[in-house]
Amino acid sequence: MASFKKIARRSFLVGSAAILGGVAFGTYKYHQPAPNPLEPAAGKAVLNPFVFVDQSGVTLIAPRAEMGQGVRTSWAALIAEELDVDPGKVTVLHGPAAKAYYNSAMMGEVLPGRGYNNSSFQHSLGQVVGHTAKFFDLQVTGGSSSMKDGFERMRRAGASARETLKEAAAQKLGVSRALLETKDGQVLAPDGVTLSYAELAADAAKIDAQEVELRPASQWKYIGKTVPRVDMVAKVTGTAGFGVDTRVEGMKFAAIKQSPYFGAGKRSFDASAAQDMPGVEAILDLGDAVAVVGSNTWLAQQAVDAIEVDWEAPSYPETTDAIFAEIAQAFDGSPNSTMRDDGDVEAALPEGAEVIEAEYQLPYLAHATMEPMNATALYTGDALQIWAPNQGPTVVQQAAADLTGLSKDTIQVHTTYLGGGFGRRIEVDYTNRAVQIAQQMKGTPVQLTWSREEDMSHDYFRPGAIARYRAAVKDGQAVMVHGKIAAQSTTREAAGRMLGLPMSGPDKGHVDAAFNQPLAIPSFRVEGYLAKPMIPVGFWRSVAASFNGFFSDSIIDEMAHKAGRDPLEFRLELARAEWEPAAKVLETVREMSGWSGTTPDGIGRGVAMVYSFGTPVAQVIEVADQDGQIRITKAWIAADLGLAVDPQNIEAQMFGGLAYGLSAACFGEITFDGGAVEQENFPDYDAMRMPSMPQVEVAVLQNQKHMGGAGEPGTPPAAPALANAIFDLTGQRARRLPLMHDFDLLI
Amino acid sequence: MSKTLRINGKTHQVDLPDDVPLLWVLRDELGMTGTKFGCGVAACGACTVQVDGEAMRSCQLSLGDVEGDVTTIEGLGTPDNLAAIQTAWVEHQVAQCGYCQSGQIMQAASLLAENPAPSDADIDEAMQGNLCRCGTYPRIRAAIHSAAKMMQEA
Ligand code: FES
Ligand code: FES
Repeated sequence: MASFKKIARRSFLVGSAAILGGVAFGTYKYHQPAPNPLEPAAGKAVLNPFVFVDQSGVTLIAPRAEMGQGVRTSWAALIAEELDVDPGKVTVLHGPAAKAYYNSAMMGEVLPGRGYNNSSFQHSLGQVVGHTAKFFDLQVTGGSSSMKDGFERMRRAGASARETLKEAAAQKLGVSRALLETKDGQVLAPDGVTLSYAELAADAAKIDAQEVELRPASQWKYIGKTVPRVDMVAKVTGTAGFGVDTRVEGMKFAAIKQSPYFGAGKRSFDASAAQDMPGVEAILDLGDAVAVVGSNTWLAQQAVDAIEVDWEAPSYPETTDAIFAEIAQAFDGSPNSTMRDDGDVEAALPEGAEVIEAEYQLPYLAHATMEPMNATALYTGDALQIWAPNQGPTVVQQAAADLTGLSKDTIQVHTTYLGGGFGRRIEVDYTNRAVQIAQQMKGTPVQLTWSREEDMSHDYFRPGAIARYRAAVKDGQAVMVHGKIAAQSTTREAAGRMLGLPMSGPDKGHVDAAFNQPLAIPSFRVEGYLAKPMIPVGFWRSVAASFNGFFSDSIIDEMAHKAGRDPLEFRLELARAEWEPAAKVLETVREMSGWSGTTPDGIGRGVAMVYSFGTPVAQVIEVADQDGQIRITKAWIAADLGLAVDPQNIEAQMFGGLAYGLSAACFGEITFDGGAVEQENFPDYDAMRMPSMPQVEVAVLQNQKHMGGAGEPGTPPAAPALANAIFDLTGQRARRLPLMHDFDLLI
Repeated sequence: MSKTLRINGKTHQVDLPDDVPLLWVLRDELGMTGTKFGCGVAACGACTVQVDGEAMRSCQLSLGDVEGDVTTIEGLGTPDNLAAIQTAWVEHQVAQCGYCQSGQIMQAASLLAENPAPSDADIDEAMQGNLCRCGTYPRIRAAIHSAAKMMQEA
């Protein structure tokens, strides 16, 4: 058989993240374990990087950012499944930044292929390629990858820890390990003797780790069941420590003013008005920004607001229109990718075919996490500590090393709870700012909190995007779809920024949820066009699927109507012919919503189905006319995750994803004037609220063979399902978002 | 500029300019970090506390204007001794990232104090100023109904 090395190498050259440098490194070393970052102490058994036991009990390390998706609980449950402890009764920590905690699943995503129809061979190849993340220290949380990443690894960690503890007990009791059992944090001997894991810690520390087979699904106690979130009590009592809650002895508070123009420096600044303001302790020049350090965040903010800065001019198109004109220009060049090209979209259409030509346009979007960007840092000259709500501890560490010249082993990153992530916190701009400040405040810990205004206008935005579709139907059937999508490239720009690696080749991420929709259309081509870098762009919950889902489902809805077909049946037929699980999610929402194809006067319904991050999700949304205004009343969601590790948690991710998508669809847009972002705060960047949020019902299915993601796939279908419902109600097609510009929404 | 505050039944002496919002007194001066900063402009509700039982945005309330007893999330219940409303929140597994939840709970607690059996419309009305970017609204609604029941039965 061709070596994995060779295959992986070839795949890297084809996949979009060729970039991530696999070419240069290969994968031959992937199976060598990274060093264990947990340091054993006397009487403490560090059984592997994920489990340690001491006299006080068992501690599990779930080194993924807990940003609301429940990963801390789910990873703990995976370990507990084999270790025989109650996840609610052990301590679960995030742990340090370390190579051992690399994300093995995210890299697998770069393989070419549509995902849903990958063979098992491709999937295991994905796993092998995934291990190369280790070479880049990518301990990151993103891409809806945590369950795929942790599913085997965490159970193995639990199983190995259990067997090692049993071996310690076997030696102590002089019985064979095979005769021992484990339950609720204890080893049970046949004669009724019990030894707690804590008692065995010291002995277990001296034994080599034991490996065993994983338990079969029939024995699972936690997987597939709802496990109460380990962070829930803390989060309802105000005791969960978010980034902004970090309190370190002697800590000061800082506020910042950055250029309203991206990448532009400052010419000069005048801080005379700020100098004598109350609470001000230091005014810092950060080169391309200014900061104030003081005794109180608010006082520091007042002072920084009083600083006058003369900024350098922007060096990119300055208005929204000019920026979109530039994006549209990308269509004049040649496509960066043609990831799908079934049939022949250029062939003459059959007689009587009806053609639709549609151009869609979606805006730039901010993440607007509830917790504004912040980080705390303490620099002592030869070491640095950073406390931050971040999605990539090793990325934060590397960036801080580059900034300070310190070696990575002198930089400690403490990951707090995240008040929302949505992809924003995989960036390191906010941690770098805290480090810059700390460097000028040697010996004093400083917490930097961005104002909401600073947060909203200094994001790595979801790129604005334009799609041009040409499609044809005949006799009620889909004949052809040809989509072209233009936007700045998130993957390329982020890879350059985060890894310093230039990227070339087709960008698969850019056309995700456009080319890989599980729909059988005789002629089907999707081309991606890359606009030049202008505005900083980044990973926004579901990334390119957030716009492509809207494009690719909207055109299907337009085709269904043109063909005179029921939009749900039309999709169902196309899905059935391509991939059964996609058909199943559609059938499920049809049942749940009692879809009949007709609605009473004053009610509209829309359906959408989008496959992204390994999960097909169908949504039906109902809207009602209330005295001339449109109200979103109901939503039904069906998602197929293959294996649902925690159904109640997945349900939360699904309606959360829906809310995030609906917020953007109704109100979300970042616009530019004079090179600066026009939106400042929630009043001009609003979101779904209690009265506008529809009633939601969620069905979690397990039909497909592979494990899908949960955090992101709920978002892409929300906008098209809503737009399709509004079309059903009003007869007016939404080809641009946000909807508030064209429709009177009741909010 | 020295002022005496009563918070969660305890007296605190603070020495800060009058215009500093209560939010920043709580967080940066008194180390009570349960109350969160989200927007600073009364648009998100993350900073909600109660003053004499009434829900208020602490980012808008200057130190000089605080009159009455302040209750923050820390004063509502503790991990070992949850208030009924917090128990309902745990039962419904409401929180996702959790950042908005202190404010949501303080707002809902004051709704329930005024209206022991709120309708969906009452909940819409009372909770509309509290943003949740994670979209936990369906479970917040369910938890408020449960808490109302629990409190009536108690
Ligand atoms: S921080 Fe007070 S309402 Fe947002
Ligand atoms: S739970 Fe995250 S903002 Fe509400």
